[in-house]
Amino acid sequence: MWPEASRIRVFMLVPGVEIPHLCAQCDDYPCVKACPADALSVDEKTGAVLVSREKCTACGSCIDACPGKVPFLHPRDNYAVICDLCGGDPECVKECMAARFDAIRLVQESVSVSRRLFARPPEEFTEDVATNMYGEYAEELV
Amino acid sequence: MVKGYAGRFLDVDLSRGAVKDVTFPESVLVNYVGGRGLAAKILWDRLGERWRDVDPLGPENLLLALTGPLTNWYPGTRVSVSGKSPQSNGIIGSTASGEFSSELRAAGYDGLVVSGESDSPVYVLVTDDRGEIRDAKHLWGKKGKETVRLINKEVRAELAGRQPGRGLWREPGILYIGPAGESKVRVAAVMQKWSHAAGYGGYGAVMGSKNLKALVAKGTGPQPAVADIDEVRRLWAEVTQVMFSNDRLRRWGTGYGGYEVGARSSSEPVRNWQEEWHDERGFGGSKFDFRYWIKRYWSDFGCPSACMKIAMVKTGPFKGAIGDNPDYELEAYEGPNLGIYDPGGCIYMSVVCDELGLSGINGGNLLAFAAELYQRGILTREDVGMDLKWGDAKAFAELAEKICRREGIGEVLAEGTYRAAKKISEMKGVDVMKYAVHVKGVEVGAHGTRSGLDVKPASYACAVQGGDHTSTVYDAYDEMTMVFADSAVICSMNAWRPGYDLVFRYYRAVTGLGTTRDEWCKVLGHRITHIQRAALLLGGPDIVWDPVKDDDNPPRFYEPLPSGPFTGKETGRATVEELKKQYYNAIGWDERGIPKPEVLKALGLDDVDRALEIVRQS
Repeated sequence: MWPEASRIRVFMLVPGVEIPHLCAQCDDYPCVKACPADALSVDEKTGAVLVSREKCTACGSCIDACPGKVPFLHPRDNYAVICDLCGGDPECVKECMAARFDAIRLVQESVSVSRRLFARPPEEFTEDVATNMYGEYAEELV
Repeated sequence: MVKGYAGRFLDVDLSRGAVKDVTFPESVLVNYVGGRGLAAKILWDRLGERWRDVDPLGPENLLLALTGPLTNWYPGTRVSVSGKSPQSNGIIGSTASGEFSSELRAAGYDGLVVSGESDSPVYVLVTDDRGEIRDAKHLWGKKGKETVRLINKEVRAELAGRQPGRGLWREPGILYIGPAGESKVRVAAVMQKWSHAAGYGGYGAVMGSKNLKALVAKGTGPQPAVADIDEVRRLWAEVTQVMFSNDRLRRWGTGYGGYEVGARSSSEPVRNWQEEWHDERGFGGSKFDFRYWIKRYWSDFGCPSACMKIAMVKTGPFKGAIGDNPDYELEAYEGPNLGIYDPGGCIYMSVVCDELGLSGINGGNLLAFAAELYQRGILTREDVGMDLKWGDAKAFAELAEKICRREGIGEVLAEGTYRAAKKISEMKGVDVMKYAVHVKGVEVGAHGTRSGLDVKPASYACAVQGGDHTSTVYDAYDEMTMVFADSAVICSMNAWRPGYDLVFRYYRAVTGLGTTRDEWCKVLGHRITHIQRAALLLGGPDIVWDPVKDDDNPPRFYEPLPSGPFTGKETGRATVEELKKQYYNAIGWDERGIPKPEVLKALGLDDVDRALEIVRQS
């Protein structure tokens, strides 16, 4: 059990405001383009970003390039961690369904530019969701 | 090597400003497990010989924040907070939910042992393999929400600075105190998030006495390894499935109780327990939910039950109150117990307590005690500085603030219901002890004994944690499971329904040990209970309990119920005495309630036996 090594990290910068933070599957791959070590590639089958542990130099360029600052370095092995969709059969979906939370489902959809809109830093999501939940009081909570 | 432990604890000496790693022998972990059990062992080893002289609010006392081997591996996450209690002067294992414990264990530690006293406000920050003491002057005086916001911001920025390029940092886990703890109010809680409290025991005051605003943890490692991961996965799924079927808890939390415990069981505190029945249909789950909840299912890390709900008052005089929806205890204690039947007012009062870091149970009991004295004209408008009428949430909020500033009557009430009652009896020349609803200095949980449908007649009287409703006693066997939940540090709500046979299978799978339920309930749990009993009977320096007199219910529980379907019923002195006798016998205490020498010696507690000589001779 290792939350800090998970490709899905849940931020809770304000109590009650949980922000699951993971790769948004952008169609324009700014992280792949920014990698100076050729460590990032695109999975032909799923479109997910794949990280080569061997090639990754942990320089952080992909983190800087990501509009959502989603990637992070693995706490022990020091390479960029990005959701790879488990090759198309995501473990998170299986776990979530098995536990009957039914919060994550696998969907088939065509690539959309809108996906980029979900690549946002947790602080931004937090402000939005907190405002939605707590209204005018969000300002003093965030 | 026993599994399920990070294997290290952080020893923090605030007087010397020194932090070091410490370990405990494997035999100690096997026998005392963690949390409450380990706290009892550590406290007894370090302070037992001079227990009576240790001031709970002095530098000599310890503040313990301990996890257990099942913490986070069993669904749900809690931390146990302990020390010499400034309420009971014994040892109470108080737990709170929240991610402090998962972060602590991810940083490589099972707990903290904090001693001494800092010259100025500080907090302790635990990160991977290290702990440090940091300045908290800027946090002192801050209420709950602001404390959480500032610490989150500061610690995330600090960690980002230490490891630039690593990516964003998630928030740390935070155990903190509010103004109540800072003012050493004896009903001050140790808080997590906005509303999650380790309320019983008064450990917020212990942190305040040490000038310790918070314990903060952020770790990046995995949780400690377990002995049999496949079995743990199977058991995890089993517990999760069972808890998913507990629809009532998931849907309402324990908040269905606000109406039911009054209307059905007649065991809910109403106006300082003058009654235990009400039939206010507007005060129940339906109203709280449909009008105030903005989040219906909320849980801390790994918990399938999601018994927490977030409430927000959007209109009316209590507009702007935001916090956890009061659970049953707070619905009762910040509701009917204060004469409040408006859910909005109850949410508001719960939030007031949370923000101040006042235990909602103990603090609600204290506020109602004051209100009853006002009702009877014993405390006057001049004494209180305002009107204090039942149902007036704003007045109660103002009094809570006064208590936390120790201003006027607040100075007296800040000592908690029992001590305040003693003081007011002296001040006024009137005996007000009969209005103090406590057992051994611990304000009683929101479950009465009179109707016969709730807590059993002698269950508070004989309990080593006094009025704590989460650790009542009845047969010296099954109740040991509660000691186990607090020692393995899991949520007892997630353990009752799956049952303790499964919980002990879980414990064996995590630790690799062979400990059975029987062994725990007959030997290991008893050892911990005897140590807690010894500490309670030794007490001191300001209070020494006499078991013959003090192993009892509050006087009010012997007054006949004045209303509801159980009108006329009371706890029954003869029944209590009979049950006490049975219990003493079952657990191995003599006729005065003192653990017997032969029982202690058989358990290897010779030092506890020696320490109790002074009690036996008194």
